[in-house]
Amino acid sequence: MSRHNYAGDALIEVLHTAQELYGFLSPDLLKTIARKLRLPPSRVLGVVTFYHFFSLAPKGEHSFSVCMGTACYVAGAHELLETLEHRCGCKAGETSADGKVSVSGVRCIGSCGLAPAVIRDGKIMAHVTRDQLNAELDQIGVA
Amino acid sequence: MTQEELFEAQEREQQRQAGLENRIYCCTAAGCVSCGSETLRQAIADQIKAQGKEGKVEVCGTGCMGLCSRAPLVRTSSNGMIYGGVTPEDAESLVAAGGPADKRIDPQMPFFVRQHKVVLANSGYVDPERLLDYIACDGYQALAKALSDMTPQEVIAEVKASGLRGRGGAGYPTGLKWELVAKQPAPVRYVVCNGDEGDPGAFMDRSMLEGDPHRVLEGMAIAGYAVGAQQGYIYVRGEYGLAIRRLQAAVKQAERERLLGSHIFENSFGFRIDLRIGAGAFVCGEETALVASIEGRRGNPRQRPPYPPESGLWGKPTLINNVETFANIPDIIRRGSAWFAGIGTAESKGTKVFALAGKIANTGLIEVPMGTSLRSILFEIGGGVPGGAAFKAAQTGGPSGGCIPAEHLDTPVDYESLAAIGSIMGSGGLIVMDESSCMVDVARFFMDFCVDESCGKCVPCRAGTVEMHDVLLRITRGEATEADVAMLEELAVLLREASLCGLGQTAPNPVVSTLRYFRREYEEHMRERRCAAGRCRFESAAQVQGGAQ
Amino acid sequence: MSVKTLEIDGRVCTGVTGQTIFDVAWENRIQIPRICHVGGISDIGACRMCLVEIEGRGRLHAACMTPVEEGMVVRTATERLKRHRRLIVELLLAERNHVCAVCVTNGACELQDLAAELGIEHVRLRYRFPKLGVDTSHERFGLDHNRCLLCTRCVRVCDEVEGAHTFDILGRGANSRVICDQDEPWGESESCTSCGKCVQVCPTGALFAKGRTVAEMRKDRWFLKYIVTAREKRQWIR
Repeated sequence: MSRHNYAGDALIEVLHTAQELYGFLSPDLLKTIARKLRLPPSRVLGVVTFYHFFSLAPKGEHSFSVCMGTACYVAGAHELLETLEHRCGCKAGETSADGKVSVSGVRCIGSCGLAPAVIRDGKIMAHVTRDQLNAELDQIGVA
Repeated sequence: MTQEELFEAQEREQQRQAGLENRIYCCTAAGCVSCGSETLRQAIADQIKAQGKEGKVEVCGTGCMGLCSRAPLVRTSSNGMIYGGVTPEDAESLVAAGGPADKRIDPQMPFFVRQHKVVLANSGYVDPERLLDYIACDGYQALAKALSDMTPQEVIAEVKASGLRGRGGAGYPTGLKWELVAKQPAPVRYVVCNGDEGDPGAFMDRSMLEGDPHRVLEGMAIAGYAVGAQQGYIYVRGEYGLAIRRLQAAVKQAERERLLGSHIFENSFGFRIDLRIGAGAFVCGEETALVASIEGRRGNPRQRPPYPPESGLWGKPTLINNVETFANIPDIIRRGSAWFAGIGTAESKGTKVFALAGKIANTGLIEVPMGTSLRSILFEIGGGVPGGAAFKAAQTGGPSGGCIPAEHLDTPVDYESLAAIGSIMGSGGLIVMDESSCMVDVARFFMDFCVDESCGKCVPCRAGTVEMHDVLLRITRGEATEADVAMLEELAVLLREASLCGLGQTAPNPVVSTLRYFRREYEEHMRERRCAAGRCRFESAAQVQGGAQ
Repeated sequence: MSVKTLEIDGRVCTGVTGQTIFDVAWENRIQIPRICHVGGISDIGACRMCLVEIEGRGRLHAACMTPVEEGMVVRTATERLKRHRRLIVELLLAERNHVCAVCVTNGACELQDLAAELGIEHVRLRYRFPKLGVDTSHERFGLDHNRCLLCTRCVRVCDEVEGAHTFDILGRGANSRVICDQDEPWGESESCTSCGKCVQVCPTGALFAKGRTVAEMRKDRWFLKYIVTAREKRQWIR
């Protein structure tokens, strides 16, 4: 925040950094940011919830983001998402009850030659199959 | 650095590279990285040590060479060959003998020969993390020329004469936009690069930012000089981690050598570039929403006029151009507007980068002159539909575009021709579909995208996309009627004419174009409860409703 | 400040620089339907109800945001515009749960008035029936999300006139929702001054005063322009 002179304009940069540091944006964290940047709390929350990147709840130990771009969709991405949702017992955008895995769909990541693509813990997996996902989940220890 | 020092650095680096036995370029764009190219690069580096070839053979990363379906790709300077599907085991042969012959990719393939590289010219020849590589390939000479030999007005005149049109999709004449910003009275202006490539299936901008970031920086600096701005911003999608890192490094390198920052080339002109990271909102690719995002607000578009050249970032005159548009600028200044205008058609000059994906043999990145036919792009360069399946449609322009059927394959790719057949150029995403794609489902997919990405400010888009998606979903389930389709068409007109911004205005395009060319599929779904592609599942118990809803 | 002469619906009207088509039409007793516009707060051109046709310009333009120009020829009530307005109101009626029979602003609701004006007798779209709540934690006021049109008048009035900025919008698209502070119950808001301006400007019964009957629930939107002009220009207009 000090790097941006506590300017209200820098809200999104500050939120990015805050999420990197703390993993997610808790109500207290948002209150602090609003106070330091001299912004109304409702405005800060409005910005946080507009952008898909920001998370108000803690993420799981591992994250699987299925690319939902056109090429991946045509290659069967929605089936991969269904597999993840089914195994982890949660919907896209949520975390499994045991906190092990966060499942989400992500807008086209631009790796269309690798369709269907899944980002696992920041790394892109290419030409992913259902079996591959199941194997990964087994490895993590998901029931 | 002065201009003389720039030329000296170029000469030195060119000579240094010429003195090498071999320079091995390993594609390190996101696509190849996820196929293990970083491990491959390390293996090659290890081999260089092992074979005692340090100083004679060098390995470096490079930008997308285009043929993503054969990733990971490697190019060797000693024999000018490109190899595909390379593994760490091939490292030994690459260092020793120039490469595994069985993995060679024919450089005479239509895929390579039919392309015309301008903005992608350095991909495969330049290490994006090394400034000297860019300088060796005439980097920053256009900026030097503009600052020392041209006035801002002359730069604008050149861009106008080139006929360059915005590559983000709308195709607005770039020179005109620059002129508009330049003649505003306010002293503070901004240059913004729109790198919020949100179209699903598009990865042109990502590749340019990862593979040749300095080119974009140079283009922006030239723009800054031309329109009188001292500050530039590059707005990049948050999902593009690698591009962000490469850009940050490139900006630092350029600043260190005084190619950016204050007193560029010891001129009084100064230009700073800062990055702004997106946070997952497709609508922020729209100019005014992008401005709102940089200002730290929700990405709601604003009513236009006033347009950004008049009042943009913080109310100041702002030039907003797409990544590819800026990437064309250095060559236009260095080689002249006449050279650029010699490529392409009468109304659409230059080249266009396309991201080929879907059911096509050669998925990847290509750059072709405007006016090339779709047939040529898909069947000669693209290698056709794999497995001998029949071509069904090509989708351009993402959720704002349309589906093009086989009967229009001879359409030349340029702004006007594509619009005439119900699609748009868009940013360059080109998705190929075969018989296994259901066109109703494709329309539904894009409408679902719009529902999710709608900012919610205006009623037609916020509520209209939801209703349109609902009808499309019911059609795929065999639960819709003719009255529903009539409503769909009425909503399409409302969204197109009444929405506040381009997202809503073009959201109906996929529906309208599929209704135009594939109406039979819609009818089959409704009347016969049949999906020719076999994708849609129909509830067996539900009855088809007759009459009005 | 120069005078501009223009034609609206065949009638010659005059306005001055800085006025919008909506302003000039209003002064000439030409009623252009509107939802998000209210005198006294900034305009955003979001509802798209006030769209008009301007000769020589292809697109439709929001009257509330388009400044008048000399020689303009404006049409505010063509068949096309009426069709669009009807569909927009239908979309709103289907989007959330607007049940007049149990609403305290029944009879004094701008959405109702618009529907009546446009001759809407039934909605041709499927109702969405979203599950939305009601916040009655505040001592004097209530917020019923089922009746909200997301016009953001409340957000703007609280930000621009009162200054508290208690309200903002959470989420995106059809999942948007009005929130108080950090999505806290209105009654626990630290910023709200209970001035009640939001209730007065709300076009429907989404924001209402507690303890009023239907007959008593009449809103006064005209005071806004009065107090804003007083504050900014030190002129008390009537």
